[in-house]
Amino acid sequence: ATVYKDFANYKSILAKLYAGFAVTGQQGPAGKPDVGGIDEGASNYVRTYWTLQEIPTDEAVVAWNDPGLPVINTMLWAANNDMTKAMYYRIFYQVTAANEFIRETTDAKLEERGITGANLEAAKKYRAEARFLRALSYWHALDLFGSVPFVTEEDPIGAFFPEQISKENLFAYIESELKAIESELVDARQNEYARADKAAAWTLLTKLYLNAPVYIGQNMYTESITYAKKVIDAGYQLENDYDELFMTSNDKSNEIIFPIAFDGMRTQSYGGTTFLTHGAVGGDMVASDFGIDSGWGGIRTTPAVYGLFSGAALENDDRANFFTKGQTLEIEEIKTFKNGYPITKWKNVNPAGEAGSNPTFVDTDFPMFRLADVYLMYAEAVVRGGSGGSIAQALDYVNALRDRAYTDGAGRINNSQLNLGFLLDERARELNWEGHRRTDLIRYKLFTGGEYLWAWKGGLKEGTSVPDFRALYPIPSDDLVANPNLKQNNGY
Amino acid sequence: CFLSFSGNAQDHYSAKVAMATTAKASGQSVSSKSLNDVLVSLRNKYGIQFSYKAQMAKNLQLQVPENLETDTNVDALLSKILQPNGLSYKKVNDVYIIQKNAAPVATPVQAAPAKAVNAVQEQTVRGTVTDGAGTPLPGVAVVVKGTTRGTSTDLNGTFTIAVPANATLVFNYLGFTTQEVPVGNQANLNITMQTDTKALQEVVVIGYGTQKKSDVTGAVTAVTSEEFQKGQVTTAEQLITGKVAGVQITSNSGAPGSGSRIRIRGGASLNASNDPLIVIDGVPVDNDQIAGSANPLNFINPNDIASMNILKDASATAIYGSRASNGVIIITTKSGTTGDRMRLNFSTQHSLSTVNKEIDVLGADDFRKVVMEQGTPEQQALLGDANTNWQDLIYRQAYTTDNNLSLSGSVKNLPYRVSVGYLNQEGVLKTSEFERVTGAIKLTPTFLDDHLKVDVNVKGAKTKSRFADTGAIGAAVAFDPTQPVYQDTEFGGYFEWTDVSGNPITIATRNPLSMLEQKRDKGEVFRSIGNVQLDYKFHFLPELRANLNLGYDVSESEGITRSPGTLAAEYYERGSVKEYEEDRTNKLLDFYLNYNKELPGISSRIDATAGYSYQDFLVKKPAFATFRDNGDVRKEADPFPFETQNTLVSFFGRVNYAFKDRYLLTATVRRDGSSRFSEDNRWGTFPSMALAWRIVEESFLKNSAVVSDLKLRVGYGITGQQDISDNDYPFLARYTNSDNASMYRLGDMYYLLLRPEGYDANLKWEETQTYNAGIDFGFLNNRLYGSLDYYNRKTDDLLSVIAVPAGTNLTNLLLTNVGSIDSEGLEAVVNFVAVDKEDLEWTVGVNGSWNRNEITKLNTVKDENSVGVLVGGISGATGRNIQIHSVGYAPYSYYVYKQVYDESGRPIEGLYADLNNDGIVNDADRYRYKNPEPRFYLGFNSQLNYKNWSLGMLMRASLNNYVYNNVYSNNAAYDVFKAGEYLGNLVDNVYETQFNMRQYESDYYIENASFLRMENINLGYNFGKVLNDKANLRLSASVQNVFTVSKYKGLDPEIAGGIDNNFYPRPTVYTIGLNLEL
Repeated sequence: ATVYKDFANYKSILAKLYAGFAVTGQQGPAGKPDVGGIDEGASNYVRTYWTLQEIPTDEAVVAWNDPGLPVINTMLWAANNDMTKAMYYRIFYQVTAANEFIRETTDAKLEERGITGANLEAAKKYRAEARFLRALSYWHALDLFGSVPFVTEEDPIGAFFPEQISKENLFAYIESELKAIESELVDARQNEYARADKAAAWTLLTKLYLNAPVYIGQNMYTESITYAKKVIDAGYQLENDYDELFMTSNDKSNEIIFPIAFDGMRTQSYGGTTFLTHGAVGGDMVASDFGIDSGWGGIRTTPAVYGLFSGAALENDDRANFFTKGQTLEIEEIKTFKNGYPITKWKNVNPAGEAGSNPTFVDTDFPMFRLADVYLMYAEAVVRGGSGGSIAQALDYVNALRDRAYTDGAGRINNSQLNLGFLLDERARELNWEGHRRTDLIRYKLFTGGEYLWAWKGGLKEGTSVPDFRALYPIPSDDLVANPNLKQNNGY
Repeated sequence: CFLSFSGNAQDHYSAKVAMATTAKASGQSVSSKSLNDVLVSLRNKYGIQFSYKAQMAKNLQLQVPENLETDTNVDALLSKILQPNGLSYKKVNDVYIIQKNAAPVATPVQAAPAKAVNAVQEQTVRGTVTDGAGTPLPGVAVVVKGTTRGTSTDLNGTFTIAVPANATLVFNYLGFTTQEVPVGNQANLNITMQTDTKALQEVVVIGYGTQKKSDVTGAVTAVTSEEFQKGQVTTAEQLITGKVAGVQITSNSGAPGSGSRIRIRGGASLNASNDPLIVIDGVPVDNDQIAGSANPLNFINPNDIASMNILKDASATAIYGSRASNGVIIITTKSGTTGDRMRLNFSTQHSLSTVNKEIDVLGADDFRKVVMEQGTPEQQALLGDANTNWQDLIYRQAYTTDNNLSLSGSVKNLPYRVSVGYLNQEGVLKTSEFERVTGAIKLTPTFLDDHLKVDVNVKGAKTKSRFADTGAIGAAVAFDPTQPVYQDTEFGGYFEWTDVSGNPITIATRNPLSMLEQKRDKGEVFRSIGNVQLDYKFHFLPELRANLNLGYDVSESEGITRSPGTLAAEYYERGSVKEYEEDRTNKLLDFYLNYNKELPGISSRIDATAGYSYQDFLVKKPAFATFRDNGDVRKEADPFPFETQNTLVSFFGRVNYAFKDRYLLTATVRRDGSSRFSEDNRWGTFPSMALAWRIVEESFLKNSAVVSDLKLRVGYGITGQQDISDNDYPFLARYTNSDNASMYRLGDMYYLLLRPEGYDANLKWEETQTYNAGIDFGFLNNRLYGSLDYYNRKTDDLLSVIAVPAGTNLTNLLLTNVGSIDSEGLEAVVNFVAVDKEDLEWTVGVNGSWNRNEITKLNTVKDENSVGVLVGGISGATGRNIQIHSVGYAPYSYYVYKQVYDESGRPIEGLYADLNNDGIVNDADRYRYKNPEPRFYLGFNSQLNYKNWSLGMLMRASLNNYVYNNVYSNNAAYDVFKAGEYLGNLVDNVYETQFNMRQYESDYYIENASFLRMENINLGYNFGKVLNDKANLRLSASVQNVFTVSKYKGLDPEIAGGIDNNFYPRPTVYTIGLNLEL
């Protein structure tokens, strides 16, 4: 395409690849969508990812009646579910757009177009970042859908039927891609804001390896520790005040490894942090406290998560952000906002309480990866028997988070408390409503089955067992029809 | 039809005498008019044309009864005019030949010209006039050029006339080319008249030319001005609503100036446009929505239209090739007549529109009761003390005035028509308004001894619209009736729902009256369409014509939408002021050669056309910033203004061949090249062929007293479709820029996004094959006439938006050529002159059509599990669709759950049939149930004339069309009032269903919306001559949308697209009008 003749365009094409997580199309907040046939705002990448990772779990329920949404609460989705379809097509939009960019920026093509010197160096970085973003989306595909159609830059735009790749091969592909670009990406913490660097790739590798038993049936905790250490050693620092991680100023944070950037004026969509902030405000909550014009009255958490902050923790743990006034703890009706406690962590204000640039669209960035998550992954990989790390180190990392949450070291735990169960709960406390819960529960084999029940799991208020096949979402029926090479996940 | 005046002009003295006596004897009120005047007024009234010698007709004075204007049947009218004047007419080949009763055959008059003898040497010329086949022609007018002296041929085609020296004789006979022959010193002249095929009969405009109606081989319907809908008609398409079989015109809403959805035979496309091509005076116009205007057709003044020709089948439309799949409407405007004096026509109409139905919602007391019984204390606390009927508040009686003035006539050889119109229409929804000024000039001069005909058209319109926020319609249904309209608030003094901090609740229903009164959304459009058409008949080869048509269609729109910060919806953003502009420039060049030749030796006639056409469409939209009330920039202007262009280049040809005037063949071909497709797929060829047999001309029927017309037509053709609404480059790999609210931050900079667009490099035309068979019939001298058509149509390579395999394109939904639709239909028209008496005449007409559409293919992969493509978004829940395109079903079939009912017939909430018997009710149990398009569509019209009175009416019926009642599905559940920190009203239907939660996907809401509508009743009275006999005055009164009979529970059963929500009601319109002709 002729746009690649002018190097000035490259950054705008790269920006599109990043923006695919934040906005829904070429017109903000909605219009000219990247993905069609689905409500644009509801299908925003971060919003949909968050929805599929949080709504079926104990961390959240949502009141709204959007097509396909209520059954995410109750884990009763079918193959033509709108939400899973939205996620699937967002993922493949990202993959295809990245493929296009990678295809158009090969060394040969760059040379052919006369891109040289600093521009050439920059273009190669962009290409490596495009490969990272593609790997990230393929990881989402692996985690959410398992075996999916597989296309790379070797598959130009056209009419063909992509082959379905096995989970093993997809895992290997993501791993090889991340390792291949490790040297090409900008060093950790050295890239421009919101662009991926080496640490972003390492974090993803840490996650990939930690969950390898789920994806390919192999323990790779040692590898997980290796990459977690690389991230930790890169010099990230925990934010002093936990709450500020979710405010408009979080672009200044040294804890966030890879953010999805939002801006009330320039990066508008009905997803991302706009959704997270508005969605959790309703009832007796005062919208202006959150820097927004008004709440959408949708998302709350279940009693199970409230229960993770027992007794004094409710008062003392900075991460216990429940709004209780006028709300009930129990969720009698999912669609009644006042049933269940909303989480107040997402805000469109800065630490001084000043509202963001726009009362409708939120300025706060979404931390896709942050240091606390890596600390907890390190600890879990160590506890699960990976080598290369130590329990003592793991305890230090966990206590660093506990120290931040509590004053005067009141939250510290000891060696004997550092077990897998604690770590899962700690992840829910630390990373609540950040889009990790489903993956965590699956790794602990608690997402499906009847061992752990929470409100409305399986469609009953008290919760009920859910068959194991629901650990993977179905391939959308649209694509099964369009692509005869695809086989549906078991159970659907 | 054409009228021919032939007769013995030398008898005009005696004719005068004869009239005087007849008139007295009849005792009627009569006035004296020249035959010329009579013919001209007939032409003006009926849009018919005729050829005659103006001078002769002017000198022949007739006594004409006053009440004739009310007649609608030309035959009856002619009899009435001619008989008392000692004249009669004869119809030969549908040609009216006017003759003197029992006149002595062509006796040369000696007395009158005797004086001339003194001055000039006289000689007597004798001769015979024959047609091309050698048959003598009786009744041919033979006139000495430049005089009133003349005669006509007798039954043997012979004539005798005394002429001065060096005289030239003019031979004139309708249906034949007028000939001028210098006498010289010849005593005998044998003249062979050449057929003027164009002028022989009623003509139909068929695209790049005209055709005799009797020669037409395709499914074509001509509607002329006398058949147009009467009453307050604002836009052109309303003129033919209900008049033409197979043409369904559904006004989009009752908003002033709003457009209509026109479907000819139900449409042949799925995602591409189903709108017909509209050609105005030879210029195919841009049918896209123009910014600032509600309707692309509302710039043309309906009063300027002389005829609308509807081309329905492929054999008729294929000459328009790639744009013809959904039919063609050819609009011809009125023109002046050669030799006519200046005529002035003034009409004024005044209308009152009223809303005749509102949605039944709970009144304040009932609503209070429901909230007190079912609401929480918090909800009960929200109740107000007022008793507000919000629907009453948003509607009003609306006044419309429509005034038109036209001047037409001829200055020497320059026929002209100039008209101006002014329309000011209020909408029944408060604040909606439409104002239009139109002007049109048409000049039709001829040069070079009639060899060069020039047709110049300039039409212009300026429209000003104020668009009401139609969201107020839904808000008025949903707003809590216990709340007051006004309150001392920051919201312009209107009551609004607020949260604990006093800020408006974002998701709450807005005060409907505030939405209307505070928002100012105004648009102005100037549009002009015009052309110069040069038609040159070669001097050395008069059978050959060259026609050059240069046309344009330009529009400039601008508008501004102001939503002040006092509007609750704009409160947080502190107002929104946004301008817009749009310029459209379309250019046209057509050139064709036409060869038209009688071949008497082989009883044949051939008419061949070959041409070239170029049309270019350019759209530009500059970008504007959005501002707040205080002038701050709310959103910067987009850095890249919108611009798009597409070009269509075509070659076309047509051959009409007639053998013995009864075996007719038409073959056309068009080759189109469109810039919308890649070079490999750019060109498409669209052929058609049709045959017709005029059975009535066969010997066994020719003399039948019963059968007056019988023609059989069969045709086949392939047409195309390339109208892909808003994308001119769907085949190109291209990158587009984002706007500045969709940027992304990298480092400290925000970047506009460059997006690679999805595309299909192999995109090509959609192709429709149509078979058509039809019969035209007429009985009892066409007292009963009509036609019957059957068509079968198959569209392949449908331009459809489908899901493509993930990973293969830069979009999940791609416009590509996939799928097929089959459709078939029957159309019938019958017109009947029920009473045909001197003072009383009654004609009735019925038309009906039956249509069936089915998608037969929709995907590249055959898969029985394919659900289809969901379409038809509904109001209430984001992203929810209620319709589906599926193989084996009609497009836009409803896709719903099957409701289960209790013993008393009440729907059981949330209980649906487990259609696949798998034990659970989920998405897989949705089924396809009915569709919005009617199976049968009927029109019925009647015209009754009694003396000076006329009474007309039009009824329409639609059967088996289904509507999804989104107003009910969204407002008829008790849950609705528990909206949050505010209350929402319910519709009465909740008493019937007793639903607690909304059940959007229940088939309960799919209602049979068959209807019978009394579209129009009009009454006219003709005062005849007023103002010292100088003017003719007619008064009329009409009612539109008189009543509708339907079982449908919503506001109006006629909903284009089938999803009833926020429908702007069609008002009942009472109109009085006055027409003055000088």
